[in-house]
Amino acid sequence: MKYTEDHEWLRVEDDLIVVGITEHASTQLGDVVFVELPEIETVVAKDDEVVVIESVKAASDITAPLDGEIVEVNEALTDNPALVNEDPLGEAWFFKIKPTDMAEYDSYMDEDAYQDMIS
Amino acid sequence: MTDLKRTPLYALNEELGGKMVPFAGWEMPVQFAPGVMKEHLHTRAACGLFDVSHMGQVVLRGAGAAEALEALVPVDLIGLKPGRQRYALFTNDAGGILDDLMVANYGDRLLIVVNAANAEADIAHMRRAGLEIEPLEDRALIALQGPAAEAVLEAVTGAVPGKFMDVAEVESSHGDLWISRSGYTGEDGFEVSVPARHAEEFARKLLAHEACEPIGLGARDSLRLEAGLPLHGHDIDETTTPVEAALTFALSQARRAGGVRAGGYPGASVIEEQLAGGPARLRTGLLPEGRAPMREGVPLFASEDAAEPVGTITSGAYSPSLERPIAMGYVPTEAADPGTGLYAELRGKRLPLVTAPMPFQPSTYKR
Repeated sequence: MKYTEDHEWLRVEDDLIVVGITEHASTQLGDVVFVELPEIETVVAKDDEVVVIESVKAASDITAPLDGEIVEVNEALTDNPALVNEDPLGEAWFFKIKPTDMAEYDSYMDEDAYQDMIS
Repeated sequence: MTDLKRTPLYALNEELGGKMVPFAGWEMPVQFAPGVMKEHLHTRAACGLFDVSHMGQVVLRGAGAAEALEALVPVDLIGLKPGRQRYALFTNDAGGILDDLMVANYGDRLLIVVNAANAEADIAHMRRAGLEIEPLEDRALIALQGPAAEAVLEAVTGAVPGKFMDVAEVESSHGDLWISRSGYTGEDGFEVSVPARHAEEFARKLLAHEACEPIGLGARDSLRLEAGLPLHGHDIDETTTPVEAALTFALSQARRAGGVRAGGYPGASVIEEQLAGGPARLRTGLLPEGRAPMREGVPLFASEDAAEPVGTITSGAYSPSLERPIAMGYVPTEAADPGTGLYAELRGKRLPLVTAPMPFQPSTYKR
């Protein structure tokens, strides 16, 4: 698993990258009450805002961690946004992206580096 | 956060795990460990304890106190009996709302409670009008709200005021308590003014009750929104009149046209005109049809393609009790009939919502 400075986690699944947010981020957000997912087959550039998350406190975005195409989204979050608080690292993944260049994945932080960043 | 003020419950709030944030010049708990949603639901189900010591407490004494204060508000205070409290509004010459406040008659004095953000301006406003007020710096204010609030308070004080908007002074081992049966959540409950030196031990006693948990400002906001209660600086301000704000219940008959002391407060002519002819816009409840929360500042449109907005959302949030987004805002009077369809523009998209009566969550005041 790799991590972004925006508290997203990235996990490789075959030729795709699964994206979610970290436990730290979900705690900071507070109770999540709304998730708006991107359309499947959307071509995105790194740093594009692709998901809107609203918690009881505020709205925030999840950006695309790398260039590519959105190939799958987690519809379960639309009906049950609270999953983001309950299981941020597991069931509450947001989308799967087919990256233009898989090598970009390696440029992100590993677990130790991310833990250092948030501590 | 060096120049932020701290309430007498600051240390306790921190000890209880409160996440402290700046609010109206004070360092206040926005939430505790359970988070806004659980704190909100706990208040509706049992009893929440809120540190509201940041609010301004001001005493006005002497013969003529009620008459003098009446010159600033469209409210009958001469008729406010000892042991009772009334909601009031400081108005300006344009009929706008400088602040909303509570006035309680404790027999030998009036206790005025104002919003934290406006306390300094309100005090100056009252002094300019010649009122010899005593701002209280040595008393905390603790709100207990929810169906178990009466049991929690009675276990500590032995006595409580009997009905909504009753007030009572109660001598206790925690000092001289000034208790009103009121609050800002739509629930039955109390606001207790307690000497600062007794505030922490008093709060600990209340929190020792199994039904009572500390609640932050985050849940206070979602609770008051469900109750349809306006927040000054957001839903009401110096540019909105009490008539536009749908607060005509606060305009006493005695101070209206034909009343025994009609007018005689700032902006009376504007407010009378709006009462007679109807306002051009009204504060109303709004129910977004989708799941996306719509917050303060979101513009409202009459149709999906209308060029100009007809109104704005002034408060909006996800309602933990109703499990859906709710909001309030100003719309043209003709659109304020419940069920009128409108559109809100959110992230570049027009999304449907309908006007709705408030409160969203029925209030449970003890009448």
